Amino acid sequence: MYVAVKGGEAAIANAHRLLAERRRGDPAVPALTVDQILQQLSLAVDRVMGEGSLYDRRLAALAIKQARGDLVEAIFLVRAYRTTLPRFGASLPVDTGKMAVERRISATFKDLPGGQVLGPTFDYTHRLLDPDLEGEAEPEPAATAEDPGEGAMARVTDLLGEAGLIEPDPESDGEPGDLTREPLSFPAPREVRLQALARGDEGFLLALGYSTQRGFARSHPFAAEIRMGEVEVEIEVPGMDFSVPLGRLKVTECQMVNQFRGSAAAPPQFTRGYGLVFGHAERKAMAMALCDRALRARELGEDETAPAQDGEFVISHCDNVQATGFVEHLKLPHYVDFQAELELIRRLRAEFEDREGGQEREAAE
Amino acid sequence: MDQTTQTFGQGAFGQEATEARQAEARQAALRVLARAEADELATGLESIADRPEMETLRAPEFGLVMARGRIGGSGAPFNLGEVTVTRAALRLPTGEVGQGHVLGRDRRRAVLVATLDALWQSRPYRPAVERIVEKIRARLDAGEARKRTETAATKVNFFTMVRGEDT
Repeated sequence: MYVAVKGGEAAIANAHRLLAERRRGDPAVPALTVDQILQQLSLAVDRVMGEGSLYDRRLAALAIKQARGDLVEAIFLVRAYRTTLPRFGASLPVDTGKMAVERRISATFKDLPGGQVLGPTFDYTHRLLDPDLEGEAEPEPAATAEDPGEGAMARVTDLLGEAGLIEPDPESDGEPGDLTREPLSFPAPREVRLQALARGDEGFLLALGYSTQRGFARSHPFAAEIRMGEVEVEIEVPGMDFSVPLGRLKVTECQMVNQFRGSAAAPPQFTRGYGLVFGHAERKAMAMALCDRALRARELGEDETAPAQDGEFVISHCDNVQATGFVEHLKLPHYVDFQAELELIRRLRAEFEDREGGQEREAAE
Repeated sequence: MDQTTQTFGQGAFGQEATEARQAEARQAALRVLARAEADELATGLESIADRPEMETLRAPEFGLVMARGRIGGSGAPFNLGEVTVTRAALRLPTGEVGQGHVLGRDRRRAVLVATLDALWQSRPYRPAVERIVEKIRARLDAGEARKRTETAATKVNFFTMVRGEDT
């Protein structure tokens, strides 16, 4: 029997009004504008774009405001919005080798063409809170160099690749699988795993990446390169004899390399894990690259012993919208389900007590 | 410079080369227009006298484009995530079809790009559109040059510390 219960409309409406008021906070404090979020909380905006799997800075900033800064809620809002729009098509693959680089570092080569360029980074800060930021003092303008250097820089993996010491990228110009169109099945091909990782939860992937470093999956990675900057995005439009430029996207790319002793078929060489994420999201790109490499265990003939190597486990659980949906649905009324469980427990309890009572009687006799 | 006015030999090959050059020049103009602000496009458009009436082929609409990357940077393609895009198309009385595709949700900007793209394809208007494109390109280039000098200032200059007494 299924019993539907109605009620709570007024309570829900009033709860949402209360939420709106609490979101606004003290009216004596000026309201936060979407532009302020866009400009000054830009890394939160980037995270919402990446895990919302929708590149639209304004929309992500609005979602952050609406979600009172709850980024998983903001990601949920963005995912919901995307379902309302038609898809025009797919872009040509972006070329990160032609990126207008704003940051590029390598932990493997000190002197690489283009150099180590730190860009706007938290690295090497002392992590001391800055009381000056409580005020409204303007920062001093950024330093500028006489020589602006070239815009584009060769990828480190391409430099190593020339000598054959690193595995080449897998080639294919086939249509990649798309988890937003076809249901996932396992084992999932690498391109589908990368799509899932690119939109996966940063915290979950960070923890899994960390686990591979601590020994849960034999892995000793080097950050061959991390780069962040803008790439051109183009789309093919029917009836036009050239690809149409749409504009530029900011992305972060991470190339991890791992030692590989070789197999019967492959010579000893470095293998790779790859991370590519919307916006400036370095921790996420690194975690993605670690997970990508760990998930290649079977392909590379490695023992599959750790959670990070289990494709079904990682890919099925890395989406925070799915995860929060299933966990948070536990808050919704389960009165009937629970009533049934309660009945069952009462019956079992009665049976238990009958048995106990019987045994006591037997012992007494 | 208007590259399409140059001639490249005779016959079919010359024709093809000219068409390829024209496509390249139009793409270059669109690459700039797609990144322009709505206001600078509008100001530019207003500077063109005697604009023809446009027929709307596709009213501006929002949609998604799946942005793709490549595994490892240069390998097989994969789906990175979607981007919002606004597109519009319109036609000049002389038949040229202008296409506007811009990132984000901005109907006005998509229509302005489509308008300028249509005018670019019409010979009498092309020089005026190219002037608008040049102006926007100069602004974008200056912004990028500024950014590059700021980035370059964060480049690490290593120096070696000589230790021991061998020297």
